[in-house]
Amino acid sequence: MRYESQKIAAWYWYGALLVFALQVTFGLIGGIVYVLPNFLSELLPFHSIRMLHTNALIVWLLLGFFGAAYYLIPEESEREIYSEKLAYIQLAIFMLGGVSAVVGYLFGVTASHGRSYLEQPLWIKFGIIVAALIFLFNISMTVLQGRKTAITNILLLGLWGIAIFFLFSLYNPANLVLDKMYWWYVVHLWVEGVWELVMASILAFLMMKMTGVDREVVEKWVYVIAATALFTGVLGTGHHYYWIGTPSYWQWIGSIFSSLEVVPFFAMVVFCFTMVWKGRRDHPNKAALLWSLGCSVLAFFGAGVWGFLHTLHGVNYYTHGTQVTAAHGHLAFFGAYVCLNLAIMSYAFPHLKNRAPYNQVLNMASFWLLSSGVTFMTVTLTFAGVVQTHLERVNGMSYMDAQSQLGFFYLMRLGAGIVTVVGALLFIYAVLVPRTKEAISPASAATAPAE
Amino acid sequence: MSELLTKSAARNIFYGGSAFFFAIFLALSAHSHYYAVTKSTTAPITDSVERGKRIWEAKACFDCHTILGEGARFAPEVGDVFVRWGGDKDPKGAHQMIKDWMKSQPSNTPGRRQMPNFKLNDKELDDLANFLVWTSTINTQGWPPKKAN
Ligand code: HEC
Ligand code: HEM
Ligand code: HEM
Ligand SMILES: [Fe+2]
Repeated sequence: MRYESQKIAAWYWYGALLVFALQVTFGLIGGIVYVLPNFLSELLPFHSIRMLHTNALIVWLLLGFFGAAYYLIPEESEREIYSEKLAYIQLAIFMLGGVSAVVGYLFGVTASHGRSYLEQPLWIKFGIIVAALIFLFNISMTVLQGRKTAITNILLLGLWGIAIFFLFSLYNPANLVLDKMYWWYVVHLWVEGVWELVMASILAFLMMKMTGVDREVVEKWVYVIAATALFTGVLGTGHHYYWIGTPSYWQWIGSIFSSLEVVPFFAMVVFCFTMVWKGRRDHPNKAALLWSLGCSVLAFFGAGVWGFLHTLHGVNYYTHGTQVTAAHGHLAFFGAYVCLNLAIMSYAFPHLKNRAPYNQVLNMASFWLLSSGVTFMTVTLTFAGVVQTHLERVNGMSYMDAQSQLGFFYLMRLGAGIVTVVGALLFIYAVLVPRTKEAISPASAATAPAE
Repeated sequence: MSELLTKSAARNIFYGGSAFFFAIFLALSAHSHYYAVTKSTTAPITDSVERGKRIWEAKACFDCHTILGEGARFAPEVGDVFVRWGGDKDPKGAHQMIKDWMKSQPSNTPGRRQMPNFKLNDKELDDLANFLVWTSTINTQGWPPKKAN
């Protein structure tokens, strides 16, 4: 840790990991309800479980991004964060909002104008906006007064974009078609737009630190990846405008541009592997490297391959709103944004705690557990979705009758879900609980100095 | 990527190109907005329809159901439930069926997914049904593929 204020990141990440544990636990409960439908049906009905699961996901990923920004901006800008105090105030507001939302959901308190992922009551949305403004002010001041790099440029643009598009969560007109159109301004333009900018810049930072490749090379890549992300992702929004009452021209625009959305994800795989290949440095933090490479690869599969699977309008006509979507949602979110956060945490925690990257073996084991758990979950849901599509959308069977044929897949998903939860808990243990020595010391761990 | 593309060229392409695609997106969005309020459906959004939509939102029905294919995937699609229940032939009957359905939940059938009872009064049930009737008039480009029963 080179700058005192980088330690802010640790506090954000403690919060993030706590909510991560809650998120997968609620996912697991949802998975149980799919297998045993009467489970908790009075106490905590499925809709409450789902909103806890999805909202917790968004909250902890954002906490993770905030932490990442507080960690990497001082190093990039070569100065301390503008105001540490504001950073902690922001954290307090954000956590208070998050905790109130969770408690509210447990008791069935949601927004009067709620929508999927945006169930937070209005005053919590305002709290989130206030916290975001404090954050943006704080990091923008830091960046403006320090060294300017492509990494901070793109990161800042991404973070500003997150806040700006979140404002559309406040607009929910009486017309369902408009409601849906602008809902995607938040959901799609986040994960397939501005979040990708955050992803590109954090991965670039990690690659630069861990492989020692020249800044010039890395930064050129960052702009190319960011460009392909926005050129395709913005008009790619059209893949959600096929069947919701919007004009039919979106079928072609959406199909073409969203198919091209695979490009930035592919570019990130090529980027990460080329950097490691070219890199002079043999970095001792093998776990962080594994998470970074894993992030690019699993994002490519989850977002790129599983996204392309159902993005052409001719296919989406049949699969829209089936378990195929849930399959894609899991691997895409996990590969791109869960892995990204866990990568930067694995890289930074040893620095923040001022120790060698202990528990690497446990951390790497958690990578394999989490990745195989989520991948298997995705595979079972894909099968469930394909069978559902066939029975319901081709044969014309009713929804409930079709679902009754899918029990086996949901049971397998539950099994994979348990592995996922174990992996998550193992990760948290591995990064937070210090050890004095490595259980099995990874080969060549000590050949190069840590950055 | 060697000297073919310099860093500053890459940066300029990024900013310029993003602004270009975003401008196209905004223009198409403006047109789609206009289309949504004039062409998607000509059925009027009455106060009752709007109140029904707010019940749908406040009770988070979308965290179990899909509506026009979006939401959760735990319970049946409701964008076309009015039509599936014969609303095109017998609108009054289908309207009443929706109300009766809401009152008859939960089924308490063991091993069957449960829908809670939201304890809505008669006026709220009418609003909710009117919202689902209005939704069924949206031109969804022929989706869903099969009208199941
Ligand atoms: C906890 C999950 C859950 C919530 C929340 C929920 N539902 Fe349901 N709903 C179901 C399930 C499950 C079924 C299928 C039940 C069955 O067939 O036995 C269903 C069926 C229906 C049906 C009949 C659909 C058909 O095609 O058979 C309608 C209409 C409906 N729900 C409306 C609503 C409305 C309106 C709300 C919100 C006020 C709502 N539901 C909230 C789970 C839910
Ligand atoms: C990291 C990036 C991505 C994430 C996190 C992500 C996540 C999601 C999620 C959660 C949904 C479900 C939304 C809902 O209805 O609740 C969804 C839907 C969808 N995604 Fe992605 N996605 C990503 C990238 C992509 C890409 C690159 C493509 C195309 C190549 C794609 C194609 C689709 C399509 C077509 C749907 C609509 C499914 C339907 O009709 O039901 N996604 N995505
Ligand atoms: C890090 C891991 C996880 C991530 C990133 C994740 C992400 C998501 C997302 C984005 C959604 C909403 C997408 C949609 O509805 O299509 C969702 C829904 C859901 N998830 Fe997860 N999840 C994770 C772990 C789990 C686990 C371990 C389980 C349990 C076995 C689980 C079960 C569910 C269920 C049941 C739903 C609701 C699906 C529906 O709408 O019917 N998730 N998850
Ligand atoms: Fe999308």
